Amino acid sequence: MAVLVLVSLALLTVYFRESQGGGLHSLQSTGASVLHPFEVAANRVAQPFRDAASWFGGLSTTRDENRKLKAENQKLKAKLYRYDDLLRENADLRRMLHYAGGATVPQDYSALPTSILVQPPGQFDQRVVVGVGRNDGVTPNSPVVSPTGDLVGVTTTVGANSANVKLITDETSFVSIVDAKTGAAGILRHNDPGSSIIMDNVPKSEVVNTGDPLVTAGWRTGTLTSIFPRGIPVGRPIGVNQTDIYPYKQIQVQPLVDFGSLQSVQVLVKNSASK
Amino acid sequence: MIDGLKAGAIVFVAAILEVSVFSDVRILGGMPDLLLVTVVAVALLRGSVTGACVGFFAGLVVDTATLETLGLSSLLLTLLGYWVGRYGETTGRDRTHAPFLSVAVVTFLYTLGALALRFVLDEPAPARHVLLETLFQGIGLNLLLTWPVYAVVRRLLPPRPLVTRGEGAPALG
Repeated sequence: MAVLVLVSLALLTVYFRESQGGGLHSLQSTGASVLHPFEVAANRVAQPFRDAASWFGGLSTTRDENRKLKAENQKLKAKLYRYDDLLRENADLRRMLHYAGGATVPQDYSALPTSILVQPPGQFDQRVVVGVGRNDGVTPNSPVVSPTGDLVGVTTTVGANSANVKLITDETSFVSIVDAKTGAAGILRHNDPGSSIIMDNVPKSEVVNTGDPLVTAGWRTGTLTSIFPRGIPVGRPIGVNQTDIYPYKQIQVQPLVDFGSLQSVQVLVKNSASK
Repeated sequence: MIDGLKAGAIVFVAAILEVSVFSDVRILGGMPDLLLVTVVAVALLRGSVTGACVGFFAGLVVDTATLETLGLSSLLLTLLGYWVGRYGETTGRDRTHAPFLSVAVVTFLYTLGALALRFVLDEPAPARHVLLETLFQGIGLNLLLTWPVYAVVRRLLPPRPLVTRGEGAPALG
């Protein structure tokens, strides 16, 4: 037993100290590739049961949800006409001003659709493993979005055929975001006492209203740029806290992605022309 | 040898199911841990050395599949496999409540151990969330898994006949 404990401690120490390209990381990546087919097979076997559970779970709420979605669809259709017009106008103005912005979605990125192979393995992590990796062009810090384009997280460790994705609900996740309506900027981060996420560091003078769309800020300072391009939808504010002892507003955020039922994602890989 | 391979195969299947299927299951905020229950079952039936070995192997498979810090799960599961194995070899053998008691205690200790280790390694360790919101549900779900998992593992790895002290020694005089 002592030998196994020592080996575990040695693995921990070496893994912790070496870089992403180190020997143990490479070995782990190879091991993950070997395990990949087993995970895919297990997922395929489990999928019908998951679908059945989801179908029965959804029965009770479907009718109400359908009515709400129809009403929302009508409103969105009307907004879309206006949006298309604004988009064209924005492109014209940018061209006239010779405006040079950062990378934008989806023009400067290719989306790699993939399934989630491994959900968070414990209650400690807000991370998942996806089925694309280095061989598909994925690098660490590639943004990850849902099938509908909403922000999910960012890749951390990348293996040959799989990658670990840190979700935006993870304790160590920080994302610069802005209120698309008012322009108020802040940091999206995990809320320490609970499992929710908040928009922090918003100056008290800024305005953030409940229900406003929050998107990634995609900042650029000299040669430094945010790993998230501007404009990826993140969530909506559901409550605003402001106290005298804290210099900023803290806004509770409802993410657009339902992380509990997320089965597939898209990893955004920068096109070589825009790098 | 065959026994060891069988134990390894059982734990490997449990590890794959844990990371691919069971990690997706959330009931009342808690998560069942099939792998932990399987390691406990194998350790109870095969003793401390096998318990430590399967614990190490299980941790290695999980850490590899999830691309998490290598060695973290191995360390905890090795210690817990050994401890449960010792319990099985001594006071726990043939007691009906042994698997349930072991699973409850091991789930609690594994959670505490993982929190402490992650805190030391500066990885996310949401103690309040884990201890107050998910731990007891997790223990309950693991206890629900215990009977079927223990029954399957017991069928695949039938208990060995107990060898009492002095048995098999040549008669003197």
